[in-house]
Amino acid sequence: MAAQIAKKSTSNTSTYAGLGVFLMLPSWAVIGFFLVLPVGMMLIYSFLTKEFRGGVIWEFSLNAYDQFFFDRGLFGDAPPVIEWTYINIFWRSIWQAGVATFFSLLIGFPTAWFIATRTGPNKSVWLFLITIPYWVNLLIRTISMKFLIRDTGPLNEWLLSLGVISEPIHIINTSFAVQLGLFYSYLPFMVLPIYASVERYNFAYSEVAADLYASRRATLTKIIIPIVKPGIIAGCILVFVPSLGAFLAPDLLGGAKNFMIGSLIEEQFKGNAGNWPFGAAVSMILLSMVLVVLTFYARQQAKEGAR
Amino acid sequence: MSEIAVDILNMTKRYGSFVALRDVCLSIKDNEFFTLLGPSGCGKTTLLRTIAGFEAISEGAIKLYGEDIADLPPNKRPVNTVFQQYALFPHMNVRANVIFGLQRLGQDETTARARVDEVLDMVQLMEFADRLPAQLSGGQQQRVALARALAPKPKVLLLDEPLSALDLKLRQSVRQELQQIQQTTGITFVFVTHDQEEALTMSDRIAVIADGQVQQVGSARDIYEAPQNRFVADFIGETNLIDVAVSSVSGGYATCVLPGGDVQFTCPAAAGAVVGHGHLSVRPERVSLVKPQDGLLRGVTTRQVYLGTDMSVDVRLEGGKIITLRLQNSEETHIPEIGDPVGLNFETGTARLLED
Repeated sequence: MAAQIAKKSTSNTSTYAGLGVFLMLPSWAVIGFFLVLPVGMMLIYSFLTKEFRGGVIWEFSLNAYDQFFFDRGLFGDAPPVIEWTYINIFWRSIWQAGVATFFSLLIGFPTAWFIATRTGPNKSVWLFLITIPYWVNLLIRTISMKFLIRDTGPLNEWLLSLGVISEPIHIINTSFAVQLGLFYSYLPFMVLPIYASVERYNFAYSEVAADLYASRRATLTKIIIPIVKPGIIAGCILVFVPSLGAFLAPDLLGGAKNFMIGSLIEEQFKGNAGNWPFGAAVSMILLSMVLVVLTFYARQQAKEGAR
Repeated sequence: MSEIAVDILNMTKRYGSFVALRDVCLSIKDNEFFTLLGPSGCGKTTLLRTIAGFEAISEGAIKLYGEDIADLPPNKRPVNTVFQQYALFPHMNVRANVIFGLQRLGQDETTARARVDEVLDMVQLMEFADRLPAQLSGGQQQRVALARALAPKPKVLLLDEPLSALDLKLRQSVRQELQQIQQTTGITFVFVTHDQEEALTMSDRIAVIADGQVQQVGSARDIYEAPQNRFVADFIGETNLIDVAVSSVSGGYATCVLPGGDVQFTCPAAAGAVVGHGHLSVRPERVSLVKPQDGLLRGVTTRQVYLGTDMSVDVRLEGGKIITLRLQNSEETHIPEIGDPVGLNFETGTARLLED
């Protein structure tokens, strides 16, 4: 019997013998065309000289990176000091994305838990409801958000009419508005992976924990969260990374003071004022930061898997 | 008179209009290996879960060593459970699984560690202490589940069909081990199973449960030899149920008349047996073959099945009723051919009139 199976499996492999390279072609094409090519172009552009009306001159230059990190005065001949403007934009972006991720997790986890614990068709209905707003373009949703929260918008009017506040709260063009926008934009990316993890969670674990004298809190922190952790981390990455590079929410809701990396990059490629190499360099710096975080996470996962 | 460990008083459990357990009364003694036996869906697991605290009871009371625990949540009850599917925490190694309950109880690290070593030693898993559950075989996982539940020294250990996921050979050895652990630890075990052999071989006492009600409580011998009603007689082992006319019942004995006959005899009777129409339970191994004219019953052999140590023979009575009997498979035993007319006999003391 075992021999038969073995024989069968060899004949199966021999069917495709020598075809391996061709079978790999489609995936190589996709990866090459959509990943390696654009990122490679960006990498190359970041080391070229800028053309004043947008575009590049094919001449090697480190100016883009230099501009990001150092201030050499108005005419470029002063001794270099560290340029804080862009680093601060990075810090602000990380903070904004971090806050948005934190609140997404805070709201997303109970939401995912709630959906995963529904029974029968209710589950699909709730999942459907969560995804409905995302059928509408992000730009439209962000603009709608702007109307909702502006000083004379429905939110303020409602709070005023309820007597909760005596004058409108100024939300628009604050960092809070940006956080709210990011939170709203990416919440389902938090809910869906956590939902997938909780769905697989065996509720017998919670019973065992209770049986072994664990309080509800201990059950949550020692059993549930560690077991659904992969979903939580996936959700956090899926919210944090796009939030970091977002430009719609900061542009439309945050105003000039709440500039984020995404807006900075966008500006470099818009119209004649742009600086393509600089935009490419900022993108590369952002990309390497994200890669460092993801590599660290992957290492951590590998370590836990080996334990 | 030993102390009562778990006292269940007139307990009813409803899910909406469905009654899962009806008016259950049970007294489980201290240091007892007590089994809840019944077919699937009879309510035995629900009963166990009410003791553990996973199901709230609708009526009645549950007392643990005299203290009413019906309103306590599971984490406040000094009982532990071995779950059917073990449910070992997948992200923790064996040691972490076992120490979990001790840490929740707030035991200091040194005492807890010593206790973990003690129980791991008891279930012979010391060398696997650092493994994750996924790296263990089914039998090993079962032992971890047992060790984890034993570690906090529960007053009562609840076991929900813990052997059902193991293969036959392993199940038999684990049975003995469980019994031994129960005896050495002196912890009261409440064991749920649908497997009558498991129940008969391991338990001090058995409660047979069907349709959410306790049918009978007693030792393995009581339940097998002196079944209370048709369900118990039929569920535990094999039996022949014979329709009889009961002419009198008194003092635990009844006088009956066998079908198609004039033969009247007296046999033990269950508590609820009444005069009139009744059912007599006779175990197949208690029936013997005799010459047709000597038998209490007469019939024709219709089937014989070879079972290794035994032969099973079916005899059709004149009224059409089939009686099964067991004959020992030895040189001396005369096995009738199919179609042979035979007489059947049994000691009247081994038959039993059931509650109807």
